[in-house]
Amino acid sequence: MPGTDPLLLDEISLLLVWTAVAIYVLAFIAYAIDLARRSDLAIKAKDEVVARELVTAGGGGVLVAPPTSSASGTSAAKPRYLWARMGTALVALGFLFHLAGDVLRGVAAGRVPWSNMYEFALTGTLLVVAVYLVVLTRFDLRFLGSLITGLAVVLLGGATLAFHVEVVPLADPLKSVWLVIHVFVASLATALFALAFGLSVMQLLQARRERKLAIAASSDAAAPRRSFLQTLPNADALESLAYRFAIVGFIFWTFTLIAGSIWANDAWGRFWGFDTKEVWTFVIWVLYAGYIHARATRGWRGTRSAWLSIIGFAAVLFNFTIVNVFFKGLHAYSGLTN
Amino acid sequence: MTDPLRPSDHADSAPPSDDITSPRLGVVGWLRWGWRQLTSMRTALVLLLLLAIAAVPGSIVPQRGADPNGVTQYFTDNPDLAPVLDKLSLFDVYSSPWFSAIYILLFISLIGCVLPRTKHHWKALRSQPPRTPARLSRLDDHRSVTVSVPEGQDATSLAAAAVDTAAAQLRKSGYRIARYDGRGTFSVSAERGYLRETGNLVFHAALVGVLIAVGVGGGFTYTGQRVLVEGQAFTNSLLDYSSFNPGRFVNTNALAPYSMTLDRFDVTYVPPGQPGSGQAGNFAANVTTLTPDGQRQEGQVRVNHPLDVQGDRVYLLGNGYAPTVTIRNAQGVEVFHDSVAFLPQDANMTSLGVIKVADGMPQQLGLIGFFYPTMDTLTSGALTSTYGDLEYPVLTLRVYAGDLGIDNGTPRSVYTLDPTGMTQIAGGDSGTPALRLMPGETQDLPNGLGTITFENEAPAGSTGYTGSVKRFASLSIHRDLAGPWVLGFAALATLGLLAALFVPRRRMWVKATPHGDTVRVEYAGLARGEDPTLASAVDQMVERHRASLPSRTPSPADDQSRPDTGKVD
Ligand code: HEM
Repeated sequence: MPGTDPLLLDEISLLLVWTAVAIYVLAFIAYAIDLARRSDLAIKAKDEVVARELVTAGGGGVLVAPPTSSASGTSAAKPRYLWARMGTALVALGFLFHLAGDVLRGVAAGRVPWSNMYEFALTGTLLVVAVYLVVLTRFDLRFLGSLITGLAVVLLGGATLAFHVEVVPLADPLKSVWLVIHVFVASLATALFALAFGLSVMQLLQARRERKLAIAASSDAAAPRRSFLQTLPNADALESLAYRFAIVGFIFWTFTLIAGSIWANDAWGRFWGFDTKEVWTFVIWVLYAGYIHARATRGWRGTRSAWLSIIGFAAVLFNFTIVNVFFKGLHAYSGLTN
Repeated sequence: MTDPLRPSDHADSAPPSDDITSPRLGVVGWLRWGWRQLTSMRTALVLLLLLAIAAVPGSIVPQRGADPNGVTQYFTDNPDLAPVLDKLSLFDVYSSPWFSAIYILLFISLIGCVLPRTKHHWKALRSQPPRTPARLSRLDDHRSVTVSVPEGQDATSLAAAAVDTAAAQLRKSGYRIARYDGRGTFSVSAERGYLRETGNLVFHAALVGVLIAVGVGGGFTYTGQRVLVEGQAFTNSLLDYSSFNPGRFVNTNALAPYSMTLDRFDVTYVPPGQPGSGQAGNFAANVTTLTPDGQRQEGQVRVNHPLDVQGDRVYLLGNGYAPTVTIRNAQGVEVFHDSVAFLPQDANMTSLGVIKVADGMPQQLGLIGFFYPTMDTLTSGALTSTYGDLEYPVLTLRVYAGDLGIDNGTPRSVYTLDPTGMTQIAGGDSGTPALRLMPGETQDLPNGLGTITFENEAPAGSTGYTGSVKRFASLSIHRDLAGPWVLGFAALATLGLLAALFVPRRRMWVKATPHGDTVRVEYAGLARGEDPTLASAVDQMVERHRASLPSRTPSPADDQSRPDTGKVD
């Protein structure tokens, strides 16, 4: 953009990003209130249609698109989660600011806005939110809303505080189409893993609740406390949905791995050298391959495989934060080291 | 039976029965038991997780392969711990016995698992879809419609025709079909998604391919490093490399014969006052290659853009300054004249280099020099460079006299000087200040030993210091025969994975039963493995097929229309 001061553009971009963070905080609060009130709402709604059905073991929640977009008002028992709707509306609004901030950063830099830590966080969280919003049109995953917005606030706010750098020309090794492809696909994979992670966490909680319900039903132990979990799908449904996100993420990650090694071959003259970042990309890939296997192994399907999905995502976050900042390696995003 | 073969502890296999306690296992029995364990899903899973864990230490402890200097530094910093870690191969994790053991076991398990499955799948590919179940209504995804037979038609032939149509439609959508007619009913059994298992097998086999390509291909690969100062040339032969790592099967006497000259090294700097000021970029080594047939070709080696020469690829690894220094002895005889590559120490190209004068002086001389392209003085009095380009280039040198230790055959790096046993005669505590020169200047060496000149290499008539000091490029020359194979197998693995994860594998049945003047048509689907879209696939089939039927009277009793909600898999 000739004639426009990149510094000024970046200032505006920052302002937009902070606005987005603030809106995400509000969305987080709305979603949290939603979770806290869900079980009450569900009970009330159920009372309205008294004789519909017994509480099934896993709870009565369903995974269709939120009422706004779903024409099939199948059941009057479907409670209207006002706070969740508000949360989603806020996320969508925050996303617009976030997107504008991201695009403006790219314009200021005159290149794709994912070339240093700050920009990875900026675009990465943008994709997490985008994937979440897209998925919402098909599945009602608003119970993950507080997790997704929480993640976005911490990562985006943290990165803006700690890693923001002014726009500087790219270091030579980053001048490559592979930067565009490899990093973008990695961020996309991260977004999908994040959703899988959230679903796996819910799956664990739900499975625990289901176990308690089963015990309560067969003995006179106290039934578990009411909680938002009873409005969620059962553990099996959560698990298979988590799996679906994880496998799409896994494909993207596989591609990230391959694209990264092609790039490494151009930039450093070898496909693979067990550089720290390469090691962690590999570790994550193997962990998710393990997760996929676990889902097909007797005795591992269910709770154990869910832990693998959680560990896998923990590794993704570790790779993005700790490894980038503290581990020594070629992926220093600097230039030639000498 | 056309289900894919799975290890016995696969989630879809039947759980083990209790009477498996076979009376006594002979040697063969034990071997078979061990093999079954090794090729079980659980073993594969545990080995995968072990592999992930075992890879981690290599990102924490520096590795000889990726960061040899880091290892040296680690030994200096942790003299007690380092040898212990070294014993455990922690500086060579990825070639360590324990890491190798894990992945070799994993791949044995993989092969042991994939081979029988391939054989089984091969057979399955040519077998018929299974018989239509007697009671389709037992299946989760079941629909039915009842059609009344139009005047003048016969229920039986209508039923037969309906199934014919269904079979044709299913075949068209990629199903393999078999007709099972008889006992007053007509039915077609259809199955699709063999590609899922094919993809799975291709994926696992391609992983073996990657491993073999890396292992075998590495034997035909060589890499060599060479530092070239502007104006210098080298020939592609073993002798002319500063370091050379050939794979096991490389014939080092038959390297592609060519020579390469570094004509000029380009670099640009972000000017002061702009964001990223001082940052260097657009590195480019402009070279001329000469092949034995006398062909001259100019080319450029840049980061991310290696140069292809006769099947080799030339990479730019690094660059720096190579001050040209001339030393004359007391008689005025030139005893040293060379451009010496100085290794950059920081982003502003403060560079460190060593000059060794072995002959022509009363004693051998060693000089340790710092080069500052744009010199400035810190408040502490120490010198530093504040910019990477040649704005105010200064070379400082400490001088040692004595025995360089290069005559007794011990290999010495050209970049380091070990002054033990030598006397410092300039710089440090020697009483004589270190030498300090700018391009074009000459100074006396201490003790009347002679003179030293820092040559100005700028072409005559140029102003400022641009071009006054030569640059060097550190090039890495590779021949990599494994690369394309590895890439090919990796692509194959990805394709296999896509099929294995996303091609649904399912069975469909359409059955028509004539009842007086109506025909009842049933549809059912069964998922084999993850198949989130089965229900809608059944719906689609029903819709398409209904269109081909005459009038219809849906029977409320058994028309189980799918609930719109609640199903996710
Ligand atoms: C290098 C090691 C391995 C890796 C990276 C790996 C990776 C994978 C991946 C990503 C999948 C999912 C694709 C699909 O569902 O078809 C998968 C599936 C599978 N793998 Fe492996 N695998 C490895 C070794 C093994 C071994 C040793 C066995 C045999 C015990 C095995 C047996 C299977 C089976 C049976 C499936 C299909 C699971 C299902 O039915 O969904 N794999 N593997």
